[in-house]
Amino acid sequence: MKPAIRRGALIVAACVLAASVGAHAATFRFADQGDVMSMDPYMLNESLLLGFMGNVYEGLTGFGKGLETAPALATDWKQTAPTVWRFNLRKGVKFHDGSPFTADDVIFSYERARGDGSDVKLYLAPIREIRKIDATTIDIITTDPYPILPQAISNWYILSKSWCEKNNTLRPVDVRKGTENYASNHANGTGPFALKSREPGVKTVLVPNPDWWGKAEHNVTEAVFTPIANDATRVAALISGEIDMMNPVPLQDVPRVQAAANLKVIQGPEMRTIFLGMDQKRDELLYSNIKGRNPFKDRRVRQAFYQAIDIEAIRSRIMRNASTPSGLMVAPTIRGFAPELNKRLPHDAEAAKKLLAEAGYPAGFEVGMNCPNDRYVNDAEICQAVASMLAKVGVKVNLVAEPKALFFPKVIKRDASFYLFGWTPASLDSHNALFALMATPGEGGQGQSNLGAYSNPKLDALTRQIASEVDQTRRNAMIAEAFKLHQDDIGHIPLHQQMLTWGLRKTVDVVQLANSFNYLRWVTVK
Amino acid sequence: MLQVAARLWNSDLGWSLRQSPVAIVAAIVAFVCIGAAAFAPWLAPHDPFDLASLDLLDALSPPAWLAEGKASYPLGTDDQGRDVLSGILYGARISLLVGIASVLLSMVIGVTVGLVSGYVGGAVDAIVMRVADVQLSFPAILIALLVDGIARVALSGEMHSTLALWVLVLSIGLSGWVQYARTVRGSTLVERRKEYVQAAQLIGRGAGGIMFRHLLPNVTGPVLVIGTIHLATAIITEATLSFLGVGMPVTTPSLGTLIRIGNDFLFSGDWWMSLFPGAALVLLALSVNLLGDWLRDALNPRLR
Repeated sequence: MKPAIRRGALIVAACVLAASVGAHAATFRFADQGDVMSMDPYMLNESLLLGFMGNVYEGLTGFGKGLETAPALATDWKQTAPTVWRFNLRKGVKFHDGSPFTADDVIFSYERARGDGSDVKLYLAPIREIRKIDATTIDIITTDPYPILPQAISNWYILSKSWCEKNNTLRPVDVRKGTENYASNHANGTGPFALKSREPGVKTVLVPNPDWWGKAEHNVTEAVFTPIANDATRVAALISGEIDMMNPVPLQDVPRVQAAANLKVIQGPEMRTIFLGMDQKRDELLYSNIKGRNPFKDRRVRQAFYQAIDIEAIRSRIMRNASTPSGLMVAPTIRGFAPELNKRLPHDAEAAKKLLAEAGYPAGFEVGMNCPNDRYVNDAEICQAVASMLAKVGVKVNLVAEPKALFFPKVIKRDASFYLFGWTPASLDSHNALFALMATPGEGGQGQSNLGAYSNPKLDALTRQIASEVDQTRRNAMIAEAFKLHQDDIGHIPLHQQMLTWGLRKTVDVVQLANSFNYLRWVTVK
Repeated sequence: MLQVAARLWNSDLGWSLRQSPVAIVAAIVAFVCIGAAAFAPWLAPHDPFDLASLDLLDALSPPAWLAEGKASYPLGTDDQGRDVLSGILYGARISLLVGIASVLLSMVIGVTVGLVSGYVGGAVDAIVMRVADVQLSFPAILIALLVDGIARVALSGEMHSTLALWVLVLSIGLSGWVQYARTVRGSTLVERRKEYVQAAQLIGRGAGGIMFRHLLPNVTGPVLVIGTIHLATAIITEATLSFLGVGMPVTTPSLGTLIRIGNDFLFSGDWWMSLFPGAALVLLALSVNLLGDWLRDALNPRLR
């Protein structure tokens, strides 16, 4: 080889090398229809927030690629007595600010997450105490035996004690009161990504944490998250290459995105169940023309609402077949799902009218309905359809569909009569749904998201037993029994499980977890 | 009625109209639009506000002349099964109502402020005109958004939905008064030195009486012209606000709301949902605007 040619070959090789290095370092830009409402992982128990902050913060346990429980800040754990769990903490882990992670941070986070204003209280409800054994060993003591503890706490993230004390953010922001503190817009976790900058409602930028304890499987150098509420704008942004990924692809645009040469759609059933809730506690509804009594206390009214809904029309028209109608409050992939109970009451407008008449409302009544318009797939459209279906049986729905920043505080305050909501059991276990959505609201997190305060003491007792039952067969039987009670009472009106529909550039690879979490540590951009 | 029409037709204004084919076409189109909107309940095949009449299974039907179209929905349906044609007729009604009401509001505020400012003069005049200058430095849409934002905070979600129309009128009305005020003030400055005003002052009429009984009739010409052009602007502003999602709610859609709904379906090929309301908005705003232009020229003695 002549020197000149050799030199040329070298230059070419260098260029190829440079290009490939360039390709292995990339900015990942992703969008959702709504914003991550806070950087504080205790502010709102919402999949988007928890999934996003799961890049920055970590729990003692976490998820693997198949949603199996995986070690995170705890390397291993074992049950030393029926109510005692020994967790060995990972050694040598540092928070993003450089301070070391120790047992004190776990205990501090426990106090913070179960205290005033926390929306993740429910995960810690079975825990009586956390005891420090030494700097890297703790014992978690539960009130009753709680065999699913490691699964149940994977969304409870650990914050740094010294950082929270220094920045005076000892308590989380209460979503019902809506004030901000330092942790709302700053973050200091142990996770694979650190928060670089945050503009609420505009843009949140994460950068890799070079000191992360795990092995990085991603090649992201910067991750930029933007909320884009408008469906058409979001699609345009993906098509034009302004973003690399978005959730959800508007269902009407799935074929369009699939057809684009450089784009792909990943679709899979999500573990979230969308349902309608009704205020069954107040003696008089807040938003209704019926005074002096609460129609929703009457089971016949709840059944009338249920039967007025044509779920097949919602599936085929609003959801474009990207949903699975559900008769239960949990998805088939949730542990304890009872397939024999997964039957819906038939859609029957005449029966609904008759039921309303029997209950004393032959001419129907008026009720206000609250609905988010940037949280679930076609949420506002579902609510509009429900409103017109109820209009056919004489119920006039005054629909308020608004962004989740307004919606969540309102319904979590229980300032609603009739609302649309969605729930993914964080532990991927039916007990979570029973405990959070169906149990009578009380101190300690039970019924925390039972926003209509449905109550059945028998279900409460079963929920308590299920928590500590070890035998799978007996446990499943009790779960089914509890579901049956809730179904017979029509405590809520389940609608469907939606499909997770992510649109991506073909050069991007992600792992789509069925709980909708998108971990950046598994994102590669070519 | 006929006599009035005949007198108008034979007046100077009528003559000017006959000379301008554009104005005639614009007048006819505007007349048809306004008529269709006014008689929407009798003309529309469906009542889009009656939720009980919607059938989700009819959702997303294309216009009747296409393969999957249904004869009962001439221009197709939206994602909730709402008839697009009925939606346009009722939507135009709301757009016009908001437009006219906000123009009237702007007019009342602007004319009053202009008269007072021009007639009283001095510090009042200086302050009012500086306020007007400040407001003029903001785009009207920004002020409308601001007023709407305040109303949203002040009213609860439920109340806001029911009062949405009046919030819109208020926000558009408050953003457009400056033009009227400036024009009226200018005319007032000229008129107030004239003999009839001095005569009125001499016989002891109060300031209010002079302003509204004597000055007002002499300054209304330009106000009418601004009003007509402003009507087109107000309709567009309303559509913009509704398109941005801060205007009329989906349950009582205006043209802008309809376009917004349709906009989400543009990529998927369901074009009829945004095209027809968009075309209706263009026709309505353009015809009113052209009429306004013609009126301005017709009333301008120097152009005659």
